[in-house]
Amino acid sequence: MKSRKTLNEAPTAETDQPEALNAMERVTAPRRAEVRLGREVQHRIGQQLRAMYDDFVRQGVPTHIEELVHRLTEHDGEEPADPVKTQDDGAA
Amino acid sequence: MKLDPVIRDQVLATVPSLRAFAISLCGNVDRADDLVQETLLRALAHIDSFEPGTNMPAWLFTILRNLFRSEYRKRRREVEDVDGRYADTLKSHPEQTGRVEFEEFRTALSRLPSDQREALILVGASGFSYEDAAAICGCAVGTIKSRVNRARTRLADLLSIDSVDDFGPDRATRAVLAGGGRN
Repeated sequence: MKSRKTLNEAPTAETDQPEALNAMERVTAPRRAEVRLGREVQHRIGQQLRAMYDDFVRQGVPTHIEELVHRLTEHDGEEPADPVKTQDDGAA
Repeated sequence: MKLDPVIRDQVLATVPSLRAFAISLCGNVDRADDLVQETLLRALAHIDSFEPGTNMPAWLFTILRNLFRSEYRKRRREVEDVDGRYADTLKSHPEQTGRVEFEEFRTALSRLPSDQREALILVGASGFSYEDAAAICGCAVGTIKSRVNRARTRLADLLSIDSVDDFGPDRATRAVLAGGGRN
């Protein structure tokens, strides 16, 4: 597997072991590689995720939402028309 | 009600990230804007339950996340192919090669189970600590960690990332070929 040498494995881990253990190591290695993603892969996924997210963040506050917040917060004694009965839905 | 402008500004300052979270969760800008609007209506109606000085983003994200969850459950009963529709909304402009990789990533993200998707976004993109993310999702910190790990592994799998070499110059080309073959 291409990522193998990039994982932080001790260089002597395999060469010091007897043949039988080496065979076991070969059997379990692919699964371990799956479970423990390489740092580069994790880093790259993180980068893509943030790039996507930041793209959305940069769009800022849509005008109609900004107006809504101002409307809701600047009127005295007015509750929003929308009832809030189901607020705890899914919280428990 | 008349709201402390400081609190109002905290709410407004959170909206861009809250909205990014909503879009990332549901994959549809219009639906996301509805979710944000509904979240703000509820939050402002219950602003008394927010303790000044505590984490405003976490509070708003919690409300939005719970709204999304209850809406998702409802929609699931109405429309079986929620994920398919999600994916369709993401296939909009695949003309440029950089765009293809971007779309491919969003489609892969949409294929994650929603509990893994929300955990990954909260920790990996919104910048919440594992503890805050756990509070937002109403679960244990260990659960969030495991969901984030599974999400990363699944994404790597969906995107066929075996090593950093896969992100070389050929990456975009292969994405085009893969996309053309599948669709």
